[in-house]
Amino acid sequence: MTNSTAPAGDAATATSPADGRPEPPGDRRRARAAGDRRLLRRQRRSRWDLKLSPYLYVSPFFVLFALVGLYPLLYTGFLSLFDWNRAYYVRGEFIGLDNYRFVLTDPVFRKALVNTFSIFLMSSVPQVVLAVAVAALLDNRLRGRTFWRMSVLLPFVVAPTAAVLIFGSLFADRYGMINQLLTEVGLEPIRWHVDRWWSHLAIAGMVNWRWTGYNALIFLAAMQAVPRDLYEAASLDGAGRIRQFFSVTLPMIRPTMIFVIITSTIGGLQIFTEPRLFDDTPNREGGPDHQYMTSTLYIYVKGIEDQFYGRASAAAWILFLIIVGIAALNFAITRFLTRRSVS
Amino acid sequence: MSARTSGRPGFLVYGLLAAFVLGSALPLYWSFVIGSHTKGEANDFPPPLVPGGHFLENARRVIDSVDFWQAMLNSLIVSTACGVAVVFFSTLAGYAFAKLTFRGSNLLMGFVVMTMAVPTQLAIVPLFILMRDYGLLDTLAAVALPTLVTAFGVFFMRQYLVDAVPTELIEAARMDGCTMLRTFWTVAVPAARPAMAILFLFTFMQVWTDYMWPLVALQETETLQIALDRLALTGQGQTTDYALVLAGAGMSTIPLLLLFVLAGRQLVTGIMQGAVKG
Repeated sequence: MTNSTAPAGDAATATSPADGRPEPPGDRRRARAAGDRRLLRRQRRSRWDLKLSPYLYVSPFFVLFALVGLYPLLYTGFLSLFDWNRAYYVRGEFIGLDNYRFVLTDPVFRKALVNTFSIFLMSSVPQVVLAVAVAALLDNRLRGRTFWRMSVLLPFVVAPTAAVLIFGSLFADRYGMINQLLTEVGLEPIRWHVDRWWSHLAIAGMVNWRWTGYNALIFLAAMQAVPRDLYEAASLDGAGRIRQFFSVTLPMIRPTMIFVIITSTIGGLQIFTEPRLFDDTPNREGGPDHQYMTSTLYIYVKGIEDQFYGRASAAAWILFLIIVGIAALNFAITRFLTRRSVS
Repeated sequence: MSARTSGRPGFLVYGLLAAFVLGSALPLYWSFVIGSHTKGEANDFPPPLVPGGHFLENARRVIDSVDFWQAMLNSLIVSTACGVAVVFFSTLAGYAFAKLTFRGSNLLMGFVVMTMAVPTQLAIVPLFILMRDYGLLDTLAAVALPTLVTAFGVFFMRQYLVDAVPTELIEAARMDGCTMLRTFWTVAVPAARPAMAILFLFTFMQVWTDYMWPLVALQETETLQIALDRLALTGQGQTTDYALVLAGAGMSTIPLLLLFVLAGRQLVTGIMQGAVKG
């Protein structure tokens, strides 16, 4: 508090006016009354300052969030209940849940939903396993600790856009590096951009590439928070390194594991850039037969390209409910597990 | 793990780590190898394995095909604006939640945490309509608007400031007659600086690498990711021009690579801190 210029003392004197004007001689009583009023005003202002400031500080977040987060989300719900006249950009009549009915019975949406979950599973499960393994490696007394930690984070600075273009060349169907290697060793080349499940694997590969190191650092932080004496006790009980990992480290980092799973669920179910740009056909709707179209890509294509606002909004709400549902489920599990590990 | 009880790790640990790091770096290396060869060489088999001498030539082709510098400038403007805004608003709100007592603070903070799980990006249709109605489509303002505040930012700053600023210091400042704002400025902000830097980095990167929202909000104007998207379309043909596309991918990554070299340590710290407290 070096730059405080106010005189030290109790709050009342500190907030009293220190303007240094000489008081007019004579009617001192009136002057004191004026001083008291000023003091009172200061105090009142200070009290309002104390009361209102917190709300003022948090209000920019809530105002802006209401504008660009909450309102669009609710408006999506509103839009989803109406028909849309695409030619004139005007809202049509109220049609209840018809858009939802359309979307839920649309084979393309169903396919997109299955694709989304397939890509998500292919990316999240190996990613968590590999990230824990890398974290366990990093959780040693390494020489050049910072170097190793930074190195595993390298792919994180590559934008998904650049990543998908790079991987797209590696996974190219005809002259791609990977297919040529497969041919070299006498295997059949894989049609990465055509075959549904292989395309999911290629896309999951890019996602894993970008996020594994990031998640490894999160797990590393959790591992380093594990109390040492647990390892010492395990060691005294004759547990080897592997045994220690499975019966001390893994249980102790379980809450972090669920945290990572929640965040990667929220992100993974909204995957867009990779399926959009992996498609090397001009319409870019997740492959010629929507083999790797995801739900978010469906929303984009229906809403922004085709301008079926109602249907796209219905699809967005369906996906929104799915994601929130899964997040809530994960949250409940976390609460349950952390409470158990504390007691 | 048992390194805690025993000594330094053995060769195996370093070997496995090195393998992982090399594997991670490979795709990036590949983009620079292919991006520095001519179109013909890039499509050869076996492919070139070391960088060639045609990077500048490819870079020129990239700059000729898309408005690369303008796109990069646009990305820089938008990412910086969002970074500054998020840091400012998050520090203010995070400080209030961490250190000030006010009615409803728990409820409001709970709301912030909840919104972190809300996939607001899904609401692209109303956001698009909103921007169109206010004539903001195809402007950088439209790109920046949805990321001027983030729930994560508020949460992150709150977690940091709870421990970083001693409550006695705030009380002392108040005793000295500081207004609330002055207390915030002279006590909280200096203590928050490391976290502010980290939050800026993350927001900057998040906005810089975003592709979906600029794709919706922009038409003629380009951010770097949109320019890269257009470049990929130009590169398509009978045989894809990977030399061009991967040179562009490499060029668009260079700024963040530089940032990584300068501030990678802070990124690592930020991720690990967020994890422990989150």
